[in-house]
Amino acid sequence: MEAKFFQKTYHELTNITKATCTLKAKGVGNEEMAFVEGRPAQVVKIVGDFITLQVFSGTEGLSTKSEVIFSGEPPTLNVGDHLTGRFFNSFGEPIDGYPVVGGKKVTIGGPSVNPVRRVQPNQLITTGIAGIDLNNTLVSGQKIPFFADPDQPYNEVLAMIALRAKVDKIILGGMGLTWDDYLFFRNSFEQDYGQSKIIGFINTTEDSPVERLLVPDMALTAAEYFAYEKNEKVLVLLTDMTLYASALSIVSNRMDQIPSKDSMPGSLYSDLARLYEKAVQFPDGGNITILAVTTLSGGDITHAIPDNTGYITEGQLFLRRASEINKVIIDPFRSLSRLKQLVIGKSTRSDHPSVMNAAIRLYADAANSRTKLENGFELTDYDRRVLKFSDEYSKDILAIDVNLEIDQMLDKTWSLFQTFFTKDEVGIKQEFVDIYWKK
Amino acid sequence: MENNNYTCTGEITSIIANLVMVKANGSLKQNEICYFDHEGQKIMGEVIKTDGNNAYIQVFESTRRFKVGTKALFTGVMLEAYLGPGLLAKNFDGLQNDLDKMEGVFLKRGERSFPLENDKEWAFKPIARAGDLVYAGDWLGEVDEMGIPHKIMVPFKFKGKYIVVEVMPAGNYYINDTIAVLKNEKGENVNATMVQTWPVKIPIKSYVDKIRPSELFETGVRVIDTLNPILEGGTGFIPGPFGSGKTVLQHALAKQAVAEIVIIAACGERANEVVEIFTEFPELEDPRTGRKLTERTSIIANTSNMPVAAREASVYTAMTIAEYYRAMGLRTLLLADSTSRWAQALREMSNRLEELPGPDAYPMDLQAIISNYYSRAGQVLMRNGKKGSVTFIGTVSPAGGNLLEPVTEATKKVARCFFALSQERADSKRYPAIDPLDSYSKYLEYPEFAEYSKKNIGEEWIEEINFARGALTRGREVYEQINILGDDGVPVDYHVMFWKSELIDFVFLQQNAFDEIDANTSVERQKYMLEMVNKIVKSGFTFEKFEEVGDFFKRVIYIIQQINYSEYQSEKFHRLETELQQVINQKVNA
Ligand SMILES: Nc1ncnc2c1ncn2[C@@H]1O[C@H](COP(=O)(O)OP(=O)(O)OP(=O)(O)O)[C@@H](O)[C@H]1O
Ligand SMILES: [Mg+2]
Repeated sequence: MEAKFFQKTYHELTNITKATCTLKAKGVGNEEMAFVEGRPAQVVKIVGDFITLQVFSGTEGLSTKSEVIFSGEPPTLNVGDHLTGRFFNSFGEPIDGYPVVGGKKVTIGGPSVNPVRRVQPNQLITTGIAGIDLNNTLVSGQKIPFFADPDQPYNEVLAMIALRAKVDKIILGGMGLTWDDYLFFRNSFEQDYGQSKIIGFINTTEDSPVERLLVPDMALTAAEYFAYEKNEKVLVLLTDMTLYASALSIVSNRMDQIPSKDSMPGSLYSDLARLYEKAVQFPDGGNITILAVTTLSGGDITHAIPDNTGYITEGQLFLRRASEINKVIIDPFRSLSRLKQLVIGKSTRSDHPSVMNAAIRLYADAANSRTKLENGFELTDYDRRVLKFSDEYSKDILAIDVNLEIDQMLDKTWSLFQTFFTKDEVGIKQEFVDIYWKK
Repeated sequence: MENNNYTCTGEITSIIANLVMVKANGSLKQNEICYFDHEGQKIMGEVIKTDGNNAYIQVFESTRRFKVGTKALFTGVMLEAYLGPGLLAKNFDGLQNDLDKMEGVFLKRGERSFPLENDKEWAFKPIARAGDLVYAGDWLGEVDEMGIPHKIMVPFKFKGKYIVVEVMPAGNYYINDTIAVLKNEKGENVNATMVQTWPVKIPIKSYVDKIRPSELFETGVRVIDTLNPILEGGTGFIPGPFGSGKTVLQHALAKQAVAEIVIIAACGERANEVVEIFTEFPELEDPRTGRKLTERTSIIANTSNMPVAAREASVYTAMTIAEYYRAMGLRTLLLADSTSRWAQALREMSNRLEELPGPDAYPMDLQAIISNYYSRAGQVLMRNGKKGSVTFIGTVSPAGGNLLEPVTEATKKVARCFFALSQERADSKRYPAIDPLDSYSKYLEYPEFAEYSKKNIGEEWIEEINFARGALTRGREVYEQINILGDDGVPVDYHVMFWKSELIDFVFLQQNAFDEIDANTSVERQKYMLEMVNKIVKSGFTFEKFEEVGDFFKRVIYIIQQINYSEYQSEKFHRLETELQQVINQKVNA
């Protein structure tokens, strides 16, 4: 790294810890970027003349004589149309072998949208997956995570949704991705879209975990450029936010902060909310939708990471392997899209809410019947029918490999109702039964 | 907003996130406001600790690019709210900036906007007369603010006795015009205008007395009004895991409660939820006045992506505005969603100050802070004999949904109503998900409420409530038995007991927040329903087989639900009532 004329260079570190180093310097701004022996670092603390730098890739091998150059500004990203089709690392440097890009330099992690300038989200996003479109409908401007155990195919589902969603840009923020997963995303996106829609900011398992703290801000800064300045519909994919949160805890531990629940920093809620709240519907038509992944450990959603996430996002989608049909489904009980009310029955067919509710109620009955079965109690005729219904419903509707239009999902559900139940048992409003119940 | 008379200045010596240390060249005051001269902008902060000439300051905005040596300007005054006509139908941030006046889509650092209008005329009518003896908070006159008689008061900061020299005649005035001249005890004349300021962290105490709550504060939510009533001037809180319905419930209260003024503090929660209020409230009517809901509402929105330190300020700003309207003799409802986010903001700061942490790393004095805040609610008696009230309901977001955590525990010690939202009820879509048995209202034990309810609701009201609670408890007990022993393993009577509790649950506790009629039930109708349901529960029924029990009660539940969806005492209502009676008569023991 070569010092430009306005940059300050220093050669004396007074203290080096695992993740930080401290030096005496003057006129340095808070959160400014610096390079320690060429390694990117950021100002995290200033006490008098002593500046503490967080060295993203770690401090191994640094000496007290290491060269430090201050950049004079917080982390930035060069935004512009030329980002399209490109893949970058956490610092916004290309990793796809193509040249460095120009563009307009903006600092990442910019200001919040004034709440009175937001527009209530109102556009349906279809994914073809019935467990989402039918039961947990997504809306542009929403923020929602997948809660999944590490062995679930969450990245595949994410890629599939991104490919099917009708959006202008897809921005992938990959944190702690394996190299294979990075290539998987890259290949599947390039196969379908070529260079037209995709942008990636990637931190792989080969990079330092602390670096990934910059990834969501990079992705969301790019998203704001396209959504706000170009009025585009932008879908941001953040995977895996649990690894992001772990990096936060690494840093706060090394800075000797008092941990709160599950050794997470006390500011976890604010740190995550700052990112997720970038999801927005702008008044001029552009929007940012965030689909994230939060991996669980042993399905525990009371752990601080999923718990704080749940308090921030607008619902959550649970991936679960249904043993009856041996397929991955979107669990209808624990999943919820809080914004679905804004579109279902309005942008979709008017029987949508009733069909959705009736099917889930019957599916819940099936869960009770299954418990009865497992506990050795006798099954009634209704128990048996509802169990059959539930298997078909899982296979044809909830499974993530289903790809249907919403109208087809509704028709399919009506036909399952008719196969297994009487009108009374389904209990849907007469006006819909008159139209959709085929004699 | 900020004046240019600074009490002293200083320079930044250290920066750790939004905690900044400054060496000052003069005397410092705890909680005074200061500004940082940063890149041509004035960034606001609050002194939260002093140590000799060193001030520890929490900065209300990002400290990005702050440097050692950046100049600090101390004001000597604490964070204050502007109080005057024009607070209603407004959207403020936590520091009372008028969000609608801010330019652009993004909030800019250092930008501020005045909360009221300097150039708007208000039609003033005098109340006090020359020669009257007045104290702080006494009414000098009033203006019409969106149909609310907004009292112009002797400023709360005026200490001691005053004699009214002159009150301006009825007419149109700007907020900064003098509307009264008062003579203080030293014989000096002082002017009062229609706007005053007050430090938000200090309670407004212009009243004579606080009164023990006695009157029901109607919310239209049955499981609250009937089973766990909150009283006017009372306090309550709503803890619940994420997605259990805290915000939906608070929005229902904001829409339906009998309040004349509603102050909503959106504290560290989702921006889209405030957008929902911005979108809906201008369309909805207050059924009691026919005016738009926005016109009785003021929103303090410090959403989760807005500066963390201002979150703390936001709940105080909201409380101060509520107290201001209370002093006008108005029935004010204050809602805060979520008080846990405020506690977390305190925790972040306390950790940066390296204070000794309490449980879960919250500050040691968390309990005291929460209880001071709740104690600002209440019904008060003013010098003129009129009453005003602040009823306060906050939500709590317990980590992991576990109620044994510091914020829930601290709040439980001070709030008199506990509306516990249960994950299980939310999962089975039994909304509102308030657990009827875990929740409580201490007001049910107040003799004042017993007396009030006898006179205003019904002689046997408390007995009816206790009966329903009893039936719910029995239902829960037999349900466990049935689960262990199987449907066939218990007497048919157990099924009857269980289904009676389900009846109360389905037709009384559950309420569809999205159905226009069912969402909001008058107390008169609640009484009618509770008596009707209790009567069914008290009746004896005979069934041959357990399967018949569920079928019968499902039928009864279905009919009563249809009644709930019909206009009270309408033709449809009575038709369904008759149908219900026929169904019951078929099975009831003579
Ligand atoms: N009374 C109700 N009637 C129908 N649906 C409801 C009701 N209450 C809650 N819900 C459903 O539950 C969802 C979550 O409710 P809400 O936003 O109030 O939860 P919350 O407790 O505030 O969660 P958080 O702590 O994450 O903010 C709503 O979007 C809605 O789908
Ligand atoms: Mg909420």
